[in-house]
Amino acid sequence: MHAIENTDVLVIGGGLAGERCAIEAAAAGHAVLILSLVPPRRSHSCAAQGGMQAALGNCVKADGDNPTTHYIDTVRGSDWGADQRVARLFAEQAPRAVRELAHMGVPWTRVRGGRNSYFIRGERVSIEESVDKQGLIMHRDFGGTAKWRACYAAAGTGHAALYAIDSEVLRLGITVRDRVEAMQLIHDGKRCIGAVVRCLRTGRFFSVLAKATVIATGGHGRIFGQYTTNATINEGMGAAIALNTGVVPLGNMEAVQFHPTALAPSGILITEGCRGDGGYLLNRELQRFMVDAEPQKQELASRDVVSRHMAVQMRDGHGVETPFGPHLWLDLRHLGSAHLRTKLREVYEICRDFVGIDPANELIPVRPTQHYSMGGIRVGADGQAYNLRGLFAAGEAACWDMHGFNRLGGNSLAETIVAGRIVGMRASEFASGHRHEADLDVGTDACQQAEQRAREWLQRSGSGPSVYDIRNAMAETMINHVGIFRHGDELAKAVDELRQQLHDCSVAVLRSKAPGMNPELTFALRLENMLRLALVTAMGALARTESRGAHSRTDYPLRDDERWLNRTLARWPTGNSMPELSYEPVGILDLPPGHRGYGDDARIPMQQTIDEYNGSVDALQIAAGRLDATNFNDSVSRSAT
Amino acid sequence: MSRASPAGRRLTFEIFRFNPQAEQPQPHMQRFEIEETPYMSLFIALNTIRETMDPSLQFDFACRSAICGSCGMMVNGKPSLGCRTLTADLPDLIRLQPLPVFKLIGDLSVDTGVWFREMAASSEAWIHAKQAFNPNAAEERMDDELAATLYESDRCIECGCCVAACGAARFAKDFKGPAGLNRIARFMMDPRDERDDSDWFDVFATEDGVFGCLGLMACHDICPKELPLLEVYAYLRRKALTTARKRD
Repeated sequence: MHAIENTDVLVIGGGLAGERCAIEAAAAGHAVLILSLVPPRRSHSCAAQGGMQAALGNCVKADGDNPTTHYIDTVRGSDWGADQRVARLFAEQAPRAVRELAHMGVPWTRVRGGRNSYFIRGERVSIEESVDKQGLIMHRDFGGTAKWRACYAAAGTGHAALYAIDSEVLRLGITVRDRVEAMQLIHDGKRCIGAVVRCLRTGRFFSVLAKATVIATGGHGRIFGQYTTNATINEGMGAAIALNTGVVPLGNMEAVQFHPTALAPSGILITEGCRGDGGYLLNRELQRFMVDAEPQKQELASRDVVSRHMAVQMRDGHGVETPFGPHLWLDLRHLGSAHLRTKLREVYEICRDFVGIDPANELIPVRPTQHYSMGGIRVGADGQAYNLRGLFAAGEAACWDMHGFNRLGGNSLAETIVAGRIVGMRASEFASGHRHEADLDVGTDACQQAEQRAREWLQRSGSGPSVYDIRNAMAETMINHVGIFRHGDELAKAVDELRQQLHDCSVAVLRSKAPGMNPELTFALRLENMLRLALVTAMGALARTESRGAHSRTDYPLRDDERWLNRTLARWPTGNSMPELSYEPVGILDLPPGHRGYGDDARIPMQQTIDEYNGSVDALQIAAGRLDATNFNDSVSRSAT
Repeated sequence: MSRASPAGRRLTFEIFRFNPQAEQPQPHMQRFEIEETPYMSLFIALNTIRETMDPSLQFDFACRSAICGSCGMMVNGKPSLGCRTLTADLPDLIRLQPLPVFKLIGDLSVDTGVWFREMAASSEAWIHAKQAFNPNAAEERMDDELAATLYESDRCIECGCCVAACGAARFAKDFKGPAGLNRIARFMMDPRDERDDSDWFDVFATEDGVFGCLGLMACHDICPKELPLLEVYAYLRRKALTTARKRD
């Protein structure tokens, strides 16, 4: 007999988005259970460094900033791939999110009135900060923004935010189970009623039945193996169990962000705040190539644009060659030791600990590396997943979709808190309006299925491939064929290789039959899911014959607003050997497609009028019976006051 | 780059093994030999051992960049973060054991999460706000100097190395430990928290609090984040004294 537990709201994932969601549901009086792979304070939210975007407009270089400007920057950053209404809702709520965190104890860096010295576009400038603003939350510059907007706590913003949010979870007495993994959703194809869970201490399975289930498990960068800044726990199992329902689509999985400055060769993140604070990118000849490439924004163009320029530098022989491949340099020497040891302290420590250099005197080896998954579980503006009632998603695991084809730095931290609150509200409402459809048989069946899969792995014998070899092959496929620059031939090769690896996975054999959690079995149970996510990513990229944001096709170099101003939806019907792709409009266009202000301006314009396009969005949303985004914005704004 | 050790060294690992889920678990040390590679960290070394030699080996890593605190372990007798420990800094023989004090999950994996959660709950380590959050008001102002001081103690990643290195924590089960006392001090210094010194007194000025410390200060020496734990203890002792005098 399996253990079965009940709760009102089940939150899968103990990072910022999941915990913010849980706080909202608990404050509404619901019983809430958070499941987390690791103790929540070890979630990958803690690794966010440089900042959280919110238009408070507190310092001179942020003067006149407002949510509308933030929203416009976000849509431009997305290369018009975002749902603009969601981006607007987000930008309007972001200041509240930052202040809420201040209330919970985040030690935000504050404005110092009087003379301050900054590095801007390669020059040291002295700026007089108003004494009236003394002590308000300070901003730093980030890529792709019109104003300084990133609020920060040195270079440990995510850590500080996560500890504050988790303290609030403690205060509210919310139950958190760490070292557990959600293995599959319990559902009947229409309604989700919980999840089957595996304990990573003992290896035992149990079920949790819930009125509402929220997935907030973060991104899936580990489908690129070690070629990612992501933690080892970012294997995308939340997105995978949603895909495995057969009905819930993942959105825009081909939209994969490469961060320009990961430490070479380990892939550890070096924050964009380094360039925001005045750091340079240099090539092998020690030239600042970004000045010529992007005269206006220089090092602070959007991440997709900067990563492409870096890839071109290395392709053209301007990289520094090493046994681990080429890299470029990040130069922070001119910022000075005092600045590096305070405002960029975490960067200083990473350089010292992992490559043994002092960035005050030496150059930092960096190269673009997989960093963020814009794609994820497709949800409406209220966080409700498509096609499965009672299932919600928030944060990087979701495709909400405010990032479109390129996320701006600092927008993800803000998204976790903004979306966490909104989705928490909606999941709470859903839980209030629905009874427990606690079908013990369905729960037990699902649990037995999951357990059976584990048993099959343990029983399989012979000389099949090792799960780690398959993972390594997947990583090479993804980085070589689904990377910064893509081409139809390469992507077709990726699809073939991934299908082969899926087959290999079905005959792979464990080397260890150890009882308990068995780390090899734990990974094996994830591997097929990771391959499915990788395949959906490669297929989406192959089908999208244009270049938009981080999706850059050398065989289709132009953004094509006539054919591709849409969002990819990938479903994997149960029993099918391959996923199915379909498309929906990106959402209502308030900002007509245009030039981003950096990167290439050439594109194929849309032939439809904006009104025609928007009409088709309305028709589709009404047909699908989904919440109207306009009214939804109003209701969130109302509840905010 | 100084941390790229010359390749070619043959490293011997002696690793503590114990799987409590096994039928007749026997704790023992197991030897593994691997080739050293440039920039090899214990994160890389342990994964190499697991993926090529013994896939049952249990250990914890997440961020592998010394920010999440998952990978505290005893490295040649010293509590350390595995991810930022480079083999280039170690001798040919590397002995790895789980952190003491914490409940063992298996091999090198220990339950720091539950320990820290209980510690935080027992000292109510969260902001006790003076008033409810007002979403329509600007943030309360704070001096940047103070924000920097709070950030300094907020940097603890709860890896448990200081607790493992602590003489008092080894025999006093309820001792809050260096990380616990640091967290208390962090909230005492925060003007957003309404608790005053007198409220805090019974939490920290006790045998389980700052007076449980033996003064060995290994915590200060080994903290991977270089938290100023000496200053934290001095601050708390001073606060205990001044508060006690006020109470009289």
